[in-house]
Amino acid sequence: MDNKVIYLDHAATTATRPEVVEAMLPYFTENYGNPSTVYELGSKNKSAVTHSRETIAKALGTDAANIYFTAGGSEADNWALVATAEAYKNKGNHIITSKIEHHAILHTCEYLEKERGYEVTYIDVDENGIIKLDELKKAIRPTTILISVMFANNEIGTIQPIKEIGAIAREHGILFHTDAVQAFGQIPIDVDELNIDMLSSSGHKLNGPKGIGFLYIRKGVKIRSFIHGGAQERKRRAGTENVPGIVGFGKAVEIAIATMDKRIKQETELRDYLIDRILAEVPYTRLNGDRERRLPNNANFSFQFIEGESLLIMLDMAGICGSSGSACTSGSLDPSHVLLAIGLPHEIAHGSLRLTLGEDNTREEMDYVVEKIKGIVERLRSMSPLYEDFVKAHK
Amino acid sequence: MYSEKVMDHFQNPRNVGEIENASGVGTVGNAKCGDIMRIYFDIDENQVIQDVKFKTFGCGAAVATSSMATELVKGKTIYEALEVTNKAVMEALDGLPPVKVHCSLLAEEAIHAALWDYAEKNGIKIEGLSKPKSDIGEEEEEEDY
Repeated sequence: MDNKVIYLDHAATTATRPEVVEAMLPYFTENYGNPSTVYELGSKNKSAVTHSRETIAKALGTDAANIYFTAGGSEADNWALVATAEAYKNKGNHIITSKIEHHAILHTCEYLEKERGYEVTYIDVDENGIIKLDELKKAIRPTTILISVMFANNEIGTIQPIKEIGAIAREHGILFHTDAVQAFGQIPIDVDELNIDMLSSSGHKLNGPKGIGFLYIRKGVKIRSFIHGGAQERKRRAGTENVPGIVGFGKAVEIAIATMDKRIKQETELRDYLIDRILAEVPYTRLNGDRERRLPNNANFSFQFIEGESLLIMLDMAGICGSSGSACTSGSLDPSHVLLAIGLPHEIAHGSLRLTLGEDNTREEMDYVVEKIKGIVERLRSMSPLYEDFVKAHK
Repeated sequence: MYSEKVMDHFQNPRNVGEIENASGVGTVGNAKCGDIMRIYFDIDENQVIQDVKFKTFGCGAAVATSSMATELVKGKTIYEALEVTNKAVMEALDGLPPVKVHCSLLAEEAIHAALWDYAEKNGIKIEGLSKPKSDIGEEEEEEDY
């Protein structure tokens, strides 16, 4: 296993599947035509785009007309928030979201507050990262136009009570958007059953290409264009279609849906094996996020007395790719807002490690990873003044 | 993102450990912003730093700057040690990414804090050394880069 990279950062991005690449390739070369043209070379690409749209719509239990391709998850999030704020400004100026959203949501909300005069309520989560529904209900005002809560968290994997949130929104006549970038293709989603009005997703999280995403918009939601220009995407998202990206995304979704049950079973087993071993064999360690209501592929730990970036560099030297919510990896002095929101003290949040599995990971890899983590954590603790103080205090 | 020297000092840090009954100990930084450095000095009667050890909670750059700082002061007099600036530590490491410059400042502060502790223990005044603002105190490094 010495020369092989063990990739455990599937929540960051995934490899594009060979079948997906193969499906995309003709659309770079022989099928390069613009779908908006009259001649056969271009117009036939319309059907390729339509096919992907139908595949994705089917995966969500909706009609193809409700799927709008974007350049990725962040654009879909920005679009949903800003366009809803604009379209429903006569109804109100209040948006509700959670404290553990992705920055594509949080920074857009901050923009709407600071630059556009909207009011935003950020709902607390419990110690496992689950949104407090009673707080959500209390936050609703006559002026509330939108609730946006992520389907599953990118750091700690916690899955939100989406159906309940959607029901609360519907009961009050408020639109409900969910950022499903981490969830779509990983766990079943039916937008009608879950009362979802808008949903964001991204191709590269499910073995599709980067630079492609979509926003699902329920029929009747009156949001307008975010990118102005041509009449693509039923006049709601201008720009020549990223045909290879759309084709690749469609193929990735087709495979993700076909393999979902098997992957959920396999990844959950592997995840639980990893979590159980780490918690049993590395002292002063906690699991972040809900033990049950979490994505099948997500494990997130905090190792006391050590700092995440050091841990990541040492894991990298052992050929293991992971990520951390420490300040040093976020480019600021504060650790992850998600870990702080679930109540972790700063020094515990700094020592976090996220490992996100994929279908190709094996039990042998987990064994290797556990052994490496044990050694690295011990080594870093031996150089940690916090550990030294802790040991002295407990002698 | 790190130079080879930084990686070397991170992977093989010099002078990790503690010194029992150290002549001076300095702890700086705070857990809130993710860096704590502790430096131990063994200083002889000629005010020469005979031995130095450190422990650091922090990122790769924090470990490497601690390691390099201990190398730069080992065998030096306390006044020579006082001259070891964060710039000197950074240069010796072939530079740091801009966002990590505060780690080198922490190393300089740790040296000063350990020297201050030594001076206090021995009832002497070290010319040019001012009292460290606080041990594990408020973060100040933000304004420095």
